[in-house]
Amino acid sequence: MTAETVTPREVGKARTRKEDARLITGQTNWTDNITLPGLAHVAFLRSPSAHARILSVNVDEARNAPGVYAAYSGADFAAEQGSLPCAWPVTEDIVIPEHPPMATDTVRYGGEIVAAVVARDRYAAADALELIDIEYESLEPVLDMEAALRPGSPKVHEAGNKSFTWTFANGDLAAAFENAPVVLERTYRQQRLIPSAMEPRAVVAAGVGGEYTLWSATQIPHVLRVMLALVTGIPEQNLRVIAPDVGGGFGSKLQVTAEEVLSLLITRKLGRPVKWTESRSEGNVAVHHGRDQIQRIRVAAEADGTLRGLDVDLLADMGAYLMLVTPGVPLLGAFMFNAIYKMSAYRFNCTGVFTTKTPTDAYRGAGRPEATYAIEHIMDDLAAHLGVDPLEVRERNWIKHEEFPYTTIAGLTYDSGNYEAATALARSLFHYDDLRKESAERAAGAAKVRLGVGVSTYTEMCGLAPSRVLGSLSYGAGGWESASVRMLPTGKVEVVTGSSSHGQGHETSWSQIAADQLGVPFEDIRVLHGDTQVSPKGMDTYGSRSLTVGGTALVLACGKVREKARIIAAGLLEVAPEDLEWNSGRWSVRGDPDQGKAIAEIALATFAAHNLPDGVEPSLDSDATYDPDNFSFPHGTHLCAVEVDTETGAVKIRSYVAVDDIGHVINPLIVDGQIHGGLAQGIAQALYEEAAYDSSGNLITASLADYLIPSAADLPSFTTARTETPSTGNPLGVKGVGEAGTIASTPAVVNAIIDALRPFGVTDVSMPCTPERVWRAIQEGGAR
Amino acid sequence: MIPAKFDYVRPASLDEAVRALASDDDAKVIAGGQSLLPLLRLRFAYPSVLVDVGAIESLRDVRDNGSFLEIGARVTHYDLTRNPLIRQHAGLLAQAAGTIADPAVRHRGTIGGALSHADPAGDLPAVVTALDATLVVTGPSGTREVKPGDFFSDFLTTTLEAGEILTMVRVPKLGPGWGYRYEKFHPTAQAWAIVGVAAVARRDDGHVAEARVGLTNMGAVPVRAVAVESAVAGSAASVSALTEAAAHADDDTNPPDDLRAAADYRRHLARVLTGRALAAAAGVS
Amino acid sequence: MRITVNIDGVRYDDDVEPRLLLVHYLREYAGRTGTPIGCDTSNCGACTVLLNGKSVKSCSILTVQADGAEVTTIQGLAANGELHPLQRAFHEEHALQCGYCTPGMIMAAADLLSENPHPTEEEVRDGLEGNLCRCTGYQNIVHAVLKAAHAGETTEVTA
Repeated sequence: MTAETVTPREVGKARTRKEDARLITGQTNWTDNITLPGLAHVAFLRSPSAHARILSVNVDEARNAPGVYAAYSGADFAAEQGSLPCAWPVTEDIVIPEHPPMATDTVRYGGEIVAAVVARDRYAAADALELIDIEYESLEPVLDMEAALRPGSPKVHEAGNKSFTWTFANGDLAAAFENAPVVLERTYRQQRLIPSAMEPRAVVAAGVGGEYTLWSATQIPHVLRVMLALVTGIPEQNLRVIAPDVGGGFGSKLQVTAEEVLSLLITRKLGRPVKWTESRSEGNVAVHHGRDQIQRIRVAAEADGTLRGLDVDLLADMGAYLMLVTPGVPLLGAFMFNAIYKMSAYRFNCTGVFTTKTPTDAYRGAGRPEATYAIEHIMDDLAAHLGVDPLEVRERNWIKHEEFPYTTIAGLTYDSGNYEAATALARSLFHYDDLRKESAERAAGAAKVRLGVGVSTYTEMCGLAPSRVLGSLSYGAGGWESASVRMLPTGKVEVVTGSSSHGQGHETSWSQIAADQLGVPFEDIRVLHGDTQVSPKGMDTYGSRSLTVGGTALVLACGKVREKARIIAAGLLEVAPEDLEWNSGRWSVRGDPDQGKAIAEIALATFAAHNLPDGVEPSLDSDATYDPDNFSFPHGTHLCAVEVDTETGAVKIRSYVAVDDIGHVINPLIVDGQIHGGLAQGIAQALYEEAAYDSSGNLITASLADYLIPSAADLPSFTTARTETPSTGNPLGVKGVGEAGTIASTPAVVNAIIDALRPFGVTDVSMPCTPERVWRAIQEGGAR
Repeated sequence: MIPAKFDYVRPASLDEAVRALASDDDAKVIAGGQSLLPLLRLRFAYPSVLVDVGAIESLRDVRDNGSFLEIGARVTHYDLTRNPLIRQHAGLLAQAAGTIADPAVRHRGTIGGALSHADPAGDLPAVVTALDATLVVTGPSGTREVKPGDFFSDFLTTTLEAGEILTMVRVPKLGPGWGYRYEKFHPTAQAWAIVGVAAVARRDDGHVAEARVGLTNMGAVPVRAVAVESAVAGSAASVSALTEAAAHADDDTNPPDDLRAAADYRRHLARVLTGRALAAAAGVS
Repeated sequence: MRITVNIDGVRYDDDVEPRLLLVHYLREYAGRTGTPIGCDTSNCGACTVLLNGKSVKSCSILTVQADGAEVTTIQGLAANGELHPLQRAFHEEHALQCGYCTPGMIMAAADLLSENPHPTEEEVRDGLEGNLCRCTGYQNIVHAVLKAAHAGETTEVTA
């Protein structure tokens, strides 16, 4: 039977979450809550400087301190620690430097691990850390990407400061730019960001008889298990990885970390379970950072704003090493710079650069927010240049709803979308014309507080990812996802997913899907995830992939359960399977609906197995692994109004409207929550956050006192709405929503600020648009 | 996240506290701990012993002493915002205290602690400066009184001698005709001030008879904007006159150049915010 | 140093190092792991508890300073198995995603409502300025607090 016969009763409902019961009562199982008999605490000593040679490490005094079990330097692990993996060698000639989990001879960023102490409690470990003596010889830091590529720059690695250059080109770019009536060229800066999941990372490692268990605050227990097995040599079958309750990730926990590897190695050496929990200031230097690109972008257009071509040159800061997917992050943007627009030529060129800073890697949106920011910013610039409304210039260029499916200049085929509908709804909710009018009036009256309106009509590629596409981009793994359904004898259901929730609410959404697919009550379903022993197969959670890929796997697995149930029901009812029809959890005889068996009855009969048809195995349980054919393409129109105090440069968001088209919605409550949180993070990039380094290469935003995350008092209420153009690529018609808000909002806010300041001759303000930068832009009356 | 070891005493009387403090050069006073504990957690400070004044009840009093309020050093920021005497006679203190950090920190942090910590980005040093308060200090050789200008000596440094504890802040009541305003400019709600301006002004007919202005984060210590004060005295109570006077707000200041802002921007902010604070204090905004 | 502290209705007599932070005492001595740690600079508010009925950041108090005090954590908020109105409202309004900030957020909100039982949206936002959330954008948190206030039920918390 196909999914079409499934009656949606749960899908689409604003179900409150199953996860909440433990989270609101303080019974959550965070990694740091875990305790084991004999548990020892690990503390890591980190390099205080950006670049230095290690001359000597003396841990003797630390080792002899009270309560200390062991103290280690890099030399203690040199033979066994291997190199932290980079799974995305984007070019043949990419430079992937050795990356020892504990530095042995050179440190290349402030925060790199240089020694460790294991003690009976965290206080003793912290004390002993201060007794370690390390001699360094300072080396010159490498902090500026452009300078790093110049000849004579100090080198981060022997092989130099360039990791790779990756190019994509389609169409005749020279022709597009030649004699183009309009050519705009801009350079934008994507500042470095610190993902800042609220739960700092933590690891617990234990081993008995050569069998190891690692608990980690990770997004990727399955990928982690494979990688840890490869790095440490612990046979994969003897390694179990558990992601207990995980307090947010945003990409920062999509990683194979030095701390995870070292915790395993230490527990193996010491024969005791160990725990490591990071402090926030430690995390700010040691958890991978996000963004950090210099974007040079050129567009060629006709006099009416019709785009001809787009040329993008990126420098992407890799930091000191390549982590799990570091080089791939900017390349995800390669397919998104062209966004929702039609054009005849496109070139994308990206160089990955090493610096003596914390490595970068995935952060909410990963490559796509950067691309969206640049194209949406320059589209506003183009509109201003032409004196055309920014929505109008977009409409002249976007793919019309009747043109889908549409293959873009970047080679992706967008299956569906309706930019007209989303924009029309956003316009009306925002009172676009009124705000434009008020903005013009304030400018005309030379008001001290100006009003600006910013536009962002974004799309994104979600549902990472078709394995074949990943392969063509040299990624080291596939993009499938797995699901299992176990029908219990009492008619209850266990759903196992390979996707690993860390706040997204999988337990609720997956229950809604399975309830409809199997016709069982929402309450009768339990969703299991995040433990490689319980959920042995998975690709985990990132890239807005869980629902589009993992949700589809669940639909397929449920379909298999139904089909098995049909055979067994037919046997019980003594009719042919073809004579049965599925209706709300029951197989019944076509034309005689009273004659039938509910799925619970079938489950019990299967358990008893007394009178199953010949050759039928006594199980309804089913697995499915789904590999998508295409990405999904959520889109939407975001409109932001800001008030700018031109005397101080202070920016206040007055209203924000987000209309998103994410296809069908499983749970509107969860979807709105994802949008709200995404908006907050995107707005934070626009206005508040930046990982800043001083001239010696010290991170000067190493705590939450300096790295400014907005609170409730700093953010407005958002107006959210949806249009619904289903994805045609999966049976649920879903597209993914985890990154949409973040991708869309940053350019909407910055465009609004620039809109308010255009009368002053301002065309750009670097992010974050702090009051000082805004004020300075006004003073200088030009781009900064 | 974990402080280094220290000893701890919680004396029941001020005398005992002074003795404990005087007996050890590396001893440090702790009250609410909201400035000290972050330093200890990051191991930026290594005191040998913490002398907790939390059991000395007399330090929590707020008394009306005729033309002054006497505010005990252990009065919390929260209490500053709520106490009826303070709200009535020293409203600037109540308003400014309400901008410090966040409610949980305000429940613990104290006026004495904030002043003794002497962070130039802290709000209360500029406020007591603008209020022309007197700080009462008790030490091994008795009690002395210090004006804010003589109390704050450098970045995170006061003229408190070994064994001395700030015990009380004596604030002249703002009488009829006085208005006040603390203008705090901070990048996020709980962040420290980039610049803050504490202003009190007395209206007399259409004029501002007198005003006092204290500046937060415009130097290593809180700054009294004397040039503004003399320009304001006797000027018209109008936005334009006060804005003009405020143009002197950064005279004789030495603002920091740091992650949060460059010095020239701080100077500009001081001028703008002083104009706004004065206008509000004079009731013309 | 000898202390006596009442946590969620249970009395604890203990000997602790003066430097022991209250949040570590709660988590590692009293087993109240419902209160998590999110930062080391008193900014995030994840560790917020009530000390004698007032919100405090338990990372910013020495255990010895809590001697004689009553501490209420997220685990002591539900009375007789009944969720506190704030806990109910957080659930109903989807005011949490990963849930890491939730204990502190709820405790801060409990304090806010005991001070101001009928806050405006702006007062709720300002009142929660010391509690950071990375997931929700705060919108539903604000709704939940307003809803709990609106429910008109007692939000007074007794330790």
